[in-house]
Amino acid sequence: MSERTGKISAINGNMIVAEFENYVLQNEVAYAVAGNEKLKSEVIRIRGRKADLQVYENTESLKVGDKVEFSGELLSVELGPGLLTQIYDGLQNPLPQIAKECGYFLKRGVYLNALSYEQEWEFTPEAKKGDKVKAGDFLGSVPEGIFKHYITVPFSFREEYEVSSVAPKGNYKIKDTIAEIKDKKGNTEKVSMVQLWPVKLPIRAYAEKIKPADPLITKVRIIDTLVPVALGGTYCIPGPFGAGKTVLQQITSRHAEVDIVIIAACGERAGEVVETLLEFPELKDPRTGKSLMERTIIICNTSSMPVAARESSVYTAVTIAEYYRQMGLNVLLLPDSTSRWAQAMREMSGRLEEIPGEEAFPAYLESRIASFYERAGIVRLNNGKIGSVTIGGTVSPAGGNFEEPVTQATLKVVGAFLGLSRARSDARKYPAIDPLDSWSKYESVVEREQVEYVRYILRKSSEVGQMMKVVGEEGTAMSDFIEYLKGEFVDDVYLQQNAFDEVDGATPAERQKYVFGILYEILKSDFTFGTKDEARHFFHEIRQEFKNWNSDPWGSGKFGERQKSLKEKVEKNVKDKG
Amino acid sequence: MRKVYSRILQIVGDVIAVEAEGVGNQELAEINTSRGKSLAQVIKLDGSKVSLQVFAGSRGISTGDEVRFLGHRMQVSFSDNLMGRIFNGSGIPRDNGPSLADNMVEIGGPSVNPAKRIIPNRMVRTGIPMIDVFNSLVVSQKLPIFSVAGEPYNELLARIAMQAEVDVIILGGLGLKYDDFLFFRDTLEEHGALSRSILFVHTASDPTVECIMVPDMCLAVAEQFAIKGKDVLVLLTDMTNFADALKEVAVTMEQIPSNRGYPGDLYSQLAARYEKAVDFSDQGSITVLAVTTMPGDDVTHPVPDNTGYITEGQFYLRNGRIEPFGSLSRLKQQVNGKTREDHRTVMDTMIQLYADFKETKEKLAMGFQVSKWDEKLLKYGALFEEKLMSLKVNVPLEKALDRGWEIMAECFSPEETGIKTEMTNKFWPKSKTPVEQEPRAGEEEGEGIEEGPRTVEELSAGDGNNNSAAGKKN
Repeated sequence: MSERTGKISAINGNMIVAEFENYVLQNEVAYAVAGNEKLKSEVIRIRGRKADLQVYENTESLKVGDKVEFSGELLSVELGPGLLTQIYDGLQNPLPQIAKECGYFLKRGVYLNALSYEQEWEFTPEAKKGDKVKAGDFLGSVPEGIFKHYITVPFSFREEYEVSSVAPKGNYKIKDTIAEIKDKKGNTEKVSMVQLWPVKLPIRAYAEKIKPADPLITKVRIIDTLVPVALGGTYCIPGPFGAGKTVLQQITSRHAEVDIVIIAACGERAGEVVETLLEFPELKDPRTGKSLMERTIIICNTSSMPVAARESSVYTAVTIAEYYRQMGLNVLLLPDSTSRWAQAMREMSGRLEEIPGEEAFPAYLESRIASFYERAGIVRLNNGKIGSVTIGGTVSPAGGNFEEPVTQATLKVVGAFLGLSRARSDARKYPAIDPLDSWSKYESVVEREQVEYVRYILRKSSEVGQMMKVVGEEGTAMSDFIEYLKGEFVDDVYLQQNAFDEVDGATPAERQKYVFGILYEILKSDFTFGTKDEARHFFHEIRQEFKNWNSDPWGSGKFGERQKSLKEKVEKNVKDKG
Repeated sequence: MRKVYSRILQIVGDVIAVEAEGVGNQELAEINTSRGKSLAQVIKLDGSKVSLQVFAGSRGISTGDEVRFLGHRMQVSFSDNLMGRIFNGSGIPRDNGPSLADNMVEIGGPSVNPAKRIIPNRMVRTGIPMIDVFNSLVVSQKLPIFSVAGEPYNELLARIAMQAEVDVIILGGLGLKYDDFLFFRDTLEEHGALSRSILFVHTASDPTVECIMVPDMCLAVAEQFAIKGKDVLVLLTDMTNFADALKEVAVTMEQIPSNRGYPGDLYSQLAARYEKAVDFSDQGSITVLAVTTMPGDDVTHPVPDNTGYITEGQFYLRNGRIEPFGSLSRLKQQVNGKTREDHRTVMDTMIQLYADFKETKEKLAMGFQVSKWDEKLLKYGALFEEKLMSLKVNVPLEKALDRGWEIMAECFSPEETGIKTEMTNKFWPKSKTPVEQEPRAGEEEGEGIEEGPRTVEELSAGDGNNNSAAGKKN
């Protein structure tokens, strides 16, 4: 194929216009040549002999007349063993290696291999000569950290193949051929351990997509109990700044009971990524006993990095998530924040002078968001294994107002809505998920009946609280007042959680079920009090006891003792049945 | 020899278009006008039409004026000679000193590789309890001060600058009132801090485009010092003017506005500046404190809103004090676990109780009877506001924590605070003597307390005791 080139005819921010001679492909990758630097870009619109390209780098010092080289490939990621524990930018450049080469600052035009081509992996064949295979079928495996990393027939292979040879057990580099397969016409294809996949297309090499049913345990009580998330489901966390979106994401990325966590820091603060980066290797995953980093991949395109790469970073992340799903693993993808991604689209759309929609967002905003979240799901692979991708994105609505286009477009396509409230975070009630506004379509870890009752108490409590603001405490009936206190009590001792307390910070499902049962009993009790101050005093007292209890390790002697003393305190005030 | 162009095609706002060839994006040019020389920067290229924003403004530019391209981007001189100097947004001295041209560095450089950052872990002590106790400032933090016109934000900024232990202070004035510029200069001079300070000042009467340059100039210099191992504190006031300057240029360029006229890339523009705050793994650091005035005291206005999403928290300065609600230092967790074991407990509990106090005050305002609990809260709130919130209070962190316990002990019993028993056993003041000072009656807390009998008070210490009186009693 002859090399196709073009010439820059205009530059506006990170958009360039290139005049081309031959032909170009929509969304193909091209390089703008500035001196000895080649800047990666993507064709996003073609009009006549002119192609509009978004450049993934700063366009400083590019000149009109500079050369543009077209590559003929769509923007793709490299998939293969070695992805775990990596820290990539939005274009899958490994940041630690870039730091080694370029020092403190990111340098434009430097693109490194996402995976090591030198490292050797111990390959064990799974398929035999003569097997019939399709895209996504396992040919063999290599151990990657704590996982068995399956090497599959590349997802881009569309036909049915017959295995003609598989490499014997041994050490191989990722580019080595580990199998040869031939199609019906007899053409032989060589398969290595690494494959490319265009990020904007979903991987579909599975038998069927099934309905998410099992809960994904986050160990955050308010989520698991009140607004649960399912494996293979989707949820969103909208909230004004300072309400704790990112902290909630970080907590989830630590404690969630999934195999792999992919953190996509999209247009957010670099400092937050660094925290994860440096802390995760030190933290132990309670499920495996290994460091948390071994199950983590970080895609990081922070707010000061080029905008166009921000747009591609969420796609890079979801493609890697789908890749691990294809091995029968449960993957949790946490993009933070999808609003920055939407803003990146808006910036490009503005430069293209497209007709703007609401708040100048492009008209295709909704469909892009929908198709992104639709890449989540739980699937049955060709060999019967189940794998899933769960997506939990944060949304940063302008002014904290959920009526804006990104939040609204997201709400249409997610299965759970974990809305953070400024009022709660101002009162230091963390996690600041609003228990009344938030909803979920998935199944909770505790019994539905109990959840319904607690929801009722919370709603009632909030109503009484509102009413009390108008009629005052003295104008409130004792029974209402007690319900009000009950609601506050549930909030204080169960919905709020101290993320810095080792025990309280992560509550396993089993403990949630147990504790919630006790809480339910307390709420169901019929209390009698002489005065409102007495009632308040009582609830303060058991709140104290319950909070202490939350910090007692599950199953420890202290746990039992505290439960007993809590019970005694409660029973003292329960109305005599006689 | 670089070519000189003299075909100015278009002058709109502060943006001119000239026909030229071989010009790089973002390149700098020099324009010779009848009013003198001015710098300009390329912001858009379309065929042979080059658009430039003129730093000194377009007033008086003739279509026949000469434009000479310099072949490089905007630069600033960097050396120790900068110390104690004052420049404008184009880097021209405004203190009658010599202009500097050695060791030029480009401004607005690429961002720091996240892999080269470290988790910030050093606290910046300010002596202001609302910061030290409740929202500790941390080295390498980027933090805006949200305020409204008329509030003493520049005074606060100056005070933090004086008391913070850093090697270099860089002050960026954006649309600064001339008086305020003089205030900063004089304050720094009085406290002997001018010799470790560098000022880039754009005053309200200077050309708009220079305003856009100020943060980049400040941060480029800061970055150079940080790489040399210095801890740098960058103070910017007021970033809303920066955003307004961006808006002005964007509108001139006929960009589609996204929200209230601001360009769609406002977030990215602000982030590119704030994200320069850094703690290098093996070198110095940059801490950024920036005033953002909120038009109409509206935090949902695009400028404070976008800022809040970028920065690591925010301080609200309202009615002359730092508001406990909304104010947040996201990095405080990195440092407040290592100060004293009760730091976090005091911080959380006092704020929760203060929130309850606010609710009670609302109730009171509607004329409801107050319960015993409410009375306790009212007393607590008044004490809290006076002894910790006031900006006049200047005490080290440890003393402020002790004061917190004293205030709580005076108003509540230990279990009413909801603090874990192990903690109260250790820190709850044993002798229930009154804290040094009782709240003065009458002011904010007056309405409710004065009427109802103060039955709950364990202490009958009268109102109006000042420090010395309480001291005598003990």
